[in-house]
Amino acid sequence: MDSVTQLQGQLVDYTTSLFNEGYLNDQYTQLQQLQDESNPDFVVEVVSLFFEDSERLLNELDRALDQQSLDFRRVDSHVHQLKGSSSSIGAQRVQNVCIVFRNFCEAQNVEGCLQCLQQVRHEYSLVKNKLETLFKLEQKLLAARGSIPTQ
Amino acid sequence: MGMATESQFHVLAVDDSLIDRKLIERLLKTSSYQVTTVDSGSKALEFLGLQEYDPSNPNTPSVSPNINQEVEVNLIITDYCMPGMTGYDLLKKIKESSSLRNIPVVIMSSENVPSRISRCLEEGAEEFFLKPVRLSDVNRLKPHMMKAKCKDQKQEKPEEDSEKPDQLLSQQQEEEQQQQQQQQQPNNNKRKSMEEGLSPDRTRPRYSGLTVV
Repeated sequence: MDSVTQLQGQLVDYTTSLFNEGYLNDQYTQLQQLQDESNPDFVVEVVSLFFEDSERLLNELDRALDQQSLDFRRVDSHVHQLKGSSSSIGAQRVQNVCIVFRNFCEAQNVEGCLQCLQQVRHEYSLVKNKLETLFKLEQKLLAARGSIPTQ
Repeated sequence: MGMATESQFHVLAVDDSLIDRKLIERLLKTSSYQVTTVDSGSKALEFLGLQEYDPSNPNTPSVSPNINQEVEVNLIITDYCMPGMTGYDLLKKIKESSSLRNIPVVIMSSENVPSRISRCLEEGAEEFFLKPVRLSDVNRLKPHMMKAKCKDQKQEKPEEDSEKPDQLLSQQQEEEQQQQQQQQQPNNNKRKSMEEGLSPDRTRPRYSGLTVV
């Protein structure tokens, strides 16, 4: 069985890798700072909202980009929202694709938009996986009665 | 001089994004503010006691006196980009309202568009925060609320023109204001009305359902 120290080390390493590989940025640290005894699940709550919101928006984008004549303003509005929620939780790579995506919307570039939808889907599922792994590690550590080290 | 009872500052936060409402609520509560969040500009106006905004009719005169405001709001922080009424529209409504214009308004936006920022500041916004909003931003709110409070207290001085209704009213002064409006004496001397307000037989309920629309 893992000792608390080992788990703590694992969690620190994993979190650091997420920052180093650009999945998360400083905004995620801000979220962590807003979590305290009175709000012990704040980060998980907000990130869960991000998952729900992103999945809804990705589905909307699928539909919007599946039309014969593309409504670029509608596409852009969905991407704008996705960019907003990803930046609010610090999902940097999702946010980066959204910026490119919006440029293609502005240029009314169908191919570019379709490519970006693929990319943003990909980045979203990556960061979702990473965050879920991170939360599992944190739970494991809590179960082992260790405290979660802050960045 | 009647002062509003010493209480926590109350901030009204307006954002159509649930994630961002959660975030701003936490940020403000961490800073010990009392927070109310709403998801649209029209709900914000409703909360503030202004008549409901009708998106189908942009000419709705929604600048009616706000004698029914039940909760004191010390600051409004609103997202810029929202469907229907934008943060800019909301800002304008507030600054057009004689009863609300003293409440400081802060705009948040995810986009750094200089023309947008200057437009908001010209219209009377105190600050423009780029999203995501951080604790260091929220720390800049307090001076605006303190300033507004001081301004309101100055306006309560008898020798001053009492044209602008105060935002931070004690119960007695709110009654006074209602009486003033009921008596239809716009130039009523504040000192006189204050004496009247002090007379013991005037124990009308605080909010008598007066709706001026």
